[in-house]
Amino acid sequence: MALLEIRHMTHYFGGLRAVHDYNLDVAPGQVRGLIGPNGAGKTTIFNLITGIHRPSEGRIELDGEEIVGRQPHEIAARGLGRTFQDLRLWRHMSVLDHVKMARYSKIGYGLVGAFFGTPRRNREEAQIEEKARELLEMMNVSHLADQPVPNLPYGAQRRVEMARALATEPKILFLDEPTAGMNPEELIQMMGIIRTVREKLGLAIFLIEHRLKMVMELCEIIQTLVFGEVIAEGPPDEIKNNPAVIEAYLGKEIVE
Amino acid sequence: MEEINDTHPSKKKGALGGLTSVFSGIPVLGWLLGALVAVILEHYLGDPLVDRIGLDKIPVLFGAVIILKKPLMIPGAAVFLLLIYVIPIAVVARAGKSFSNRLAGKLMEFPIAVPTLVHLGLLYGAIHIWSDVSAYRVLTLKLMFVAIMLTLSLNVINGYMGEFSCSHPGFMALGAYGASVFTVLLFSSDRLFGDPLLPEALGPFLFPVGLIFGGLIASLGALVIAIPSFRTRGDYLAIISLAFLFIVKSMIENLEFVGGPRGLSGQPNYANLPTVFIWAVLCVWIINNFVRSTLGKALNAVRDDEVAADAMTVNTRRTKMVAFMFAAFWAGVAGGLYAHVLRYVNPGTFGIQKLAEVLAMVYFGGLNSVYGSITGAVSLSLLGEALRPLEIFKWIIIPLLLILVMIFRPTGLIAFREFDVRKVMQPKSNSDDEV
Repeated sequence: MALLEIRHMTHYFGGLRAVHDYNLDVAPGQVRGLIGPNGAGKTTIFNLITGIHRPSEGRIELDGEEIVGRQPHEIAARGLGRTFQDLRLWRHMSVLDHVKMARYSKIGYGLVGAFFGTPRRNREEAQIEEKARELLEMMNVSHLADQPVPNLPYGAQRRVEMARALATEPKILFLDEPTAGMNPEELIQMMGIIRTVREKLGLAIFLIEHRLKMVMELCEIIQTLVFGEVIAEGPPDEIKNNPAVIEAYLGKEIVE
Repeated sequence: MEEINDTHPSKKKGALGGLTSVFSGIPVLGWLLGALVAVILEHYLGDPLVDRIGLDKIPVLFGAVIILKKPLMIPGAAVFLLLIYVIPIAVVARAGKSFSNRLAGKLMEFPIAVPTLVHLGLLYGAIHIWSDVSAYRVLTLKLMFVAIMLTLSLNVINGYMGEFSCSHPGFMALGAYGASVFTVLLFSSDRLFGDPLLPEALGPFLFPVGLIFGGLIASLGALVIAIPSFRTRGDYLAIISLAFLFIVKSMIENLEFVGGPRGLSGQPNYANLPTVFIWAVLCVWIINNFVRSTLGKALNAVRDDEVAADAMTVNTRRTKMVAFMFAAFWAGVAGGLYAHVLRYVNPGTFGIQKLAEVLAMVYFGGLNSVYGSITGAVSLSLLGEALRPLEIFKWIIIPLLLILVMIFRPTGLIAFREFDVRKVMQPKSNSDDEV
């Protein structure tokens, strides 16, 4: 059974059709990629699935449950973690607090605990912190735990964001251009991290990427999106040689 | 309290640097003991000393009034301050340094509640003896504690959650009227409500219930702001909250059963200094607990990036609702205390002027910080009293000061600092040994 199943998802922004008849099946542990030129609607698809926008038509099932119309935080708590293209870290919070915050849905002490500092709260906060430090360790940023995030170099910020997404305990992780703006060295590190995450935690990953090299190396199946429509779907080799994909990326070759 | 706040170690050189190094390494406990000695001195030796130096009476607010009103008495006031406050505090704090450090260390071995209560007890002792000298001091202190509660609760919305809410005097009014109606109806004979319904002896015991009742009414009122805040942010929410303030004000003005624009009087005298102090401490404790928990830090996440907060499983609607209702509750309790301190309320009090006052305290002290709110509320409310003799010029000097702070520290004096009680009370390592 598919972990994430999307059928006939279509979305309009006013009169503009941003996504048309989009279908997706992600099996547990599978790595899938979504590529396409700028403005093709890749991030819109992410936002539709994660609940930021509600699709005009179509069905989305996560782990067998319909999630269309649910609040983003409910969808996230059901096991859909994500990162953002533009990071979206909380600029006044420390690295450790970022990762702790992502455990929000697992907090059981409630408002009474928060107001009066009950022993239960102290216990739970300690557990949350331990878990957060483990994740920071895994992302190699544990030495930065007490820093406010704006002080961090870009690559480290990316890793903090990844740790934060993992702290929600996702079953499937959405990565929106995880290597945007990275230099080659950071890029290699990030690819290593994605591999580790997959091997250690066995997560399914759904990846938007611009850099074809990375997608080709990591993904099992790739979709190519142009103007909100999937024009090709298949394993990397197939996509690499698909004339429609080449046309979308490089333009038509004119043979005289 | 001022003396305590002025003890941050700084690295300035010269005479000032020498002075700070002499006084570094003294724990808060040491300063509290010093303050206690000073106020006891004033209590017993104040009047004879005043006669000797030729002052009319003990300078009420550290001589501020004398300096501004009767310049000829400045030398006398200076001598008084020096002999009663500066020298005793400095001597006791410095001489008792190793003792207070050892004592603080001993206290920290107990559960955190023990040293906290000891510190609070000393603080209250000093305040109580200080306030014994005149009724004016008592009133100033009570209003100061109310201001701390108001500022801190507004900081929850404006600082921690980053929404600009203008409705705080409205919440305060709801709490003030809620609590007043509760106590006046039940415990005092009044022309509006008639004879008391319950024996008056019960009053002081049920006063907390009245305050909580007022607070709950205020937090119900906060729903009016919290629900629109799901969809709007920033300027629009500020306008909505301003509208709420005016709605509450004109609603009370038109409610004849609470006296309409003439106001409501006859509140029993329940809000004595210890009561107000305890409520203020309770407020600081609970708010500080909340903002340091992960549930409370969700406010910061919502402020800094709501979309990201949502994607990280933070229930943003619940967070906003809790923040507004929680802050309004404390504003309501503060309002209830305010009404019982003055033993009279009228709707005119809770207008734009009050709003400006609280906002100034929040932004002056510093956003997102319990320290900041306490500093802002204490300094501005004492300054407001100290500059009272200047009359109209007071309203030029205080805003000017605010502008200066905003230029040099745009987020306020002490912004984005966590208030860790444990750190505050810890014995200071002896810097002499290290050098």
